[in-house]
Amino acid sequence: MDPLIEARALTKRFGGFVAVDGIDFVIRPGEAFGFLGPNGAGKSSTMRMIGCVSPVSGGTLRVLGMDPAADGAQIRARLGVVPQEDNLDTELTVWDNLMIYGRYFDLPRAEIRRRAEELLEFVQLTDRRDSRVDPLSGGMKRRLTIARALINEPEVLLLDEPTTGLDPQARHMLWERLYRLKQDGVTLVLTTHYMDEAEQLCDRLVIMDAGRIVAEGSPRDLVATHATREVVELRFGRAAEQHAALARVRTLAPRVEPVADRLLVYTDDGDATAAAVTADGVGAASVLVRRASLEDVFLILTGRTLEE
Amino acid sequence: MSTPPVVRVMEREARVLARLWRGMVFSTLLSPLLFLAAMGLGLGGLVKAHTGRVAGLTYLDFVAPGLMVASAMQLAANEAMWPVLGGVKWMKTFHATVATPITAGEIVVGYVLWVVVRAIGASTVFFVVAALLGAVPSAWGVLAIPAAALCAGAFAAPLAAYSVTLDTDLVFPVIMRVGVLPLFLFSGTFFPLSQLPSGLRPLAAMSPLWHGVELARGATTGTLHIGADIVHVLVLLACVGAGFAWGRRTFARRLTS
Amino acid sequence: MSARMGSMRVLPPLGARQRPWRMVERNVLAYRRTWYVFLSGFFEPVLFLLSIGIGVGKLVGKLPFDGHLVDYKQFVAPGLLASAAMNGSLLDTTFNFFVKYKYSHTYDAILATPLGTGDVATGEVVWALMRGAIYSTAFLLTMVAFGLVPSWWALLVVPVAVLIGFAFAGAGLAGTTFMRSWVDFDYVTLALVPLFLFSATFFPLSQYPAGLQAVIRLTPLYQGVVLERALVLGHMQWTLLVHAAYLAVMGAVGLRVAARRIGRLLQP
Ligand SMILES: Nc1ncnc2c1ncn2[C@@H]1O[C@H](COP(=O)(O)OP(=O)(O)OP(=O)(O)O)[C@@H](O)[C@H]1O
Ligand SMILES: [Mg+2]
Repeated sequence: MDPLIEARALTKRFGGFVAVDGIDFVIRPGEAFGFLGPNGAGKSSTMRMIGCVSPVSGGTLRVLGMDPAADGAQIRARLGVVPQEDNLDTELTVWDNLMIYGRYFDLPRAEIRRRAEELLEFVQLTDRRDSRVDPLSGGMKRRLTIARALINEPEVLLLDEPTTGLDPQARHMLWERLYRLKQDGVTLVLTTHYMDEAEQLCDRLVIMDAGRIVAEGSPRDLVATHATREVVELRFGRAAEQHAALARVRTLAPRVEPVADRLLVYTDDGDATAAAVTADGVGAASVLVRRASLEDVFLILTGRTLEE
Repeated sequence: MSTPPVVRVMEREARVLARLWRGMVFSTLLSPLLFLAAMGLGLGGLVKAHTGRVAGLTYLDFVAPGLMVASAMQLAANEAMWPVLGGVKWMKTFHATVATPITAGEIVVGYVLWVVVRAIGASTVFFVVAALLGAVPSAWGVLAIPAAALCAGAFAAPLAAYSVTLDTDLVFPVIMRVGVLPLFLFSGTFFPLSQLPSGLRPLAAMSPLWHGVELARGATTGTLHIGADIVHVLVLLACVGAGFAWGRRTFARRLTS
Repeated sequence: MSARMGSMRVLPPLGARQRPWRMVERNVLAYRRTWYVFLSGFFEPVLFLLSIGIGVGKLVGKLPFDGHLVDYKQFVAPGLLASAAMNGSLLDTTFNFFVKYKYSHTYDAILATPLGTGDVATGEVVWALMRGAIYSTAFLLTMVAFGLVPSWWALLVVPVAVLIGFAFAGAGLAGTTFMRSWVDFDYVTLALVPLFLFSATFFPLSQYPAGLQAVIRLTPLYQGVVLERALVLGHMQWTLLVHAAYLAVMGAVGLRVAARRIGRLLQP
């Protein structure tokens, strides 16, 4: 199948500062594609270029087979955008936000009304339809922003950190909604710095750091390729103890990453390594064995944690 | 020795102002003086040619104290609307303040006194310029400055008490256009109340601005009437007091519920 | 949501000409619930007319204008109308535009749709002009009610008010593209108040010192005041076309500057 979105050496500069540094990626119809990375990695800058609201500084970008610089309006007509920061129209009500957004896409009013009813149902805001936007809770605003992004029945939905700031229940509800959209054939492009979100939602993802892509693949492949099967987490009572133990632990396993409050020991056999650590008497206050995750892939590739 | 809480509230506002001095120079000093030049000198020339004196004064002498007090009122109204709502809604600085030992009641008083201090500053500059233009015939004129300050407090206190209850700033332009501007234009500022249709005169006499203007005009022209002036002062003080009493309640409700 | 299954259809691209009208539609929607704010915009010039025109007018009597004597209120009313046209248009294209793009991010959301930066700017200018046309029509009717409009040329008063609005919309929008923060708007106030007071609005040019008269002849609101006063009083002259041309050029140049800069401003 032809790619829906294709970037080659895509670059974004703000003055002399390079926010996106020559990245390549391909997004295919119907998949859920993620950009995972820490603050300032260049995720939003990339999303805004795909959304045709930020001119490309270098390289090439094709969206829906068209060039954002020349065909921005036609491309945007087929996209739905959920920006990182909610930008609902605070001068309008919930309902009017959907109505006018539909008008921006030049939809007939009757059709917008039909879709708006459906969408309010979909995001469970029907009882707030005549409320102004300001008094809505953060989660409600987020849901309304998503409903708004769907008013034109987009083929591609761009979601910039869709669940940041939501409580766990609201996050799960949103994931379930997004999953249903994907079932309906909508291509999802999202950014996140939550590895559980990436694992839940993405078929494929790229890990970005400082404007570059450092790895690409499905969540499972990324873990398999870049991390070990299991991780042993060692916590210490005091920072000095952790510091002292580092060299000792390094003799027991090939890969050890110190993070703020613990040591992460990468190993294929967690229990064996945990036993070895305990036997060696490094003096860890707690020892925990778990499966490796995307978080670990990121740490191994960049030497940093995602949320710091 | 500890600084009184009210003064600490004022100090915070002074720090903000130190960054925004240019806006203050333009809108609270320069534009009243431009009005004085346009009305007192430009329009005054036409009045002189036609009627000569207004209420026994040259038009410049007549309009200068009016503009001085009216400008203090406008400054007070502005400062008691947007910044107050900002303090509880957009920037939430009052929320931060009330989290310290300072109480909601002290915030209203401190904030309003701060507005009064600014009105004193602006009125003083205006007064000096007006005097240089020869618009202050009497040495009692200095008393116009406290008159303007009192009038500023009479507007700032109740308006701040009201602003803090709001959720949007939509009504502020409406208050400016439908409340403050008519007062500015019809409180004996630009022409004597006696020229209004007789039905409207008592209405205009209820305007706190009129009381302030009467006080100030009495001072700059040296025609003080003790009896009437005491009434003017009492009316203005009553507005301040009512504003504080109301503000204590509304600020407390908004900040500590 | 079942209807979406087969919806890989391509929407017809919105006709480029219609797009700015969507901005107007949005603003109408926004004001539908806050009509009293819209309504209050009408009071300002009327209150000035009552106070300065009629109240102070009694103290001023009649003024010589073009060889005749005219009532002061008749002299001042067209000036107030021209000032109101300037005021409204400047507020919409400076403060209001700045708030929407910098603080409420209203335009960010709109630009994610087929509307582009040009459509947003054009739409806002069109809206400002429509609003100005409504207010100046209302004010003109008030003037008629007060018997202040002797000439049929006054039919052109509203179109000229729109022209004044256009001139200041161009200047305002161009200026806004250079603004970095709130503090910069002090310059708008700095320009607005002297223009309002010293454009032969409240008293004729002859009241100024000679040196100042030459300066005022060059300022933008003066052009509008001269035009409106001539139309209301029916004193038509060919030289009025120069004043109209001044305003047209000012608006066009301003919008060109704004058009070049606004894309980068709204979409960094
Ligand atoms: N308009 C702009 N002007 C200048 N620099 C910018 C602009 N927008 C983004 N940047 C810079 O580009 C870099 C990447 O920003 P971007 O918003 O794309 O990061 P991000 O990956 O989305 O981060 P976050 O997780 O915090 O949202 C940052 O260093 C940021 O400061
Ligand atoms: Mg981002």
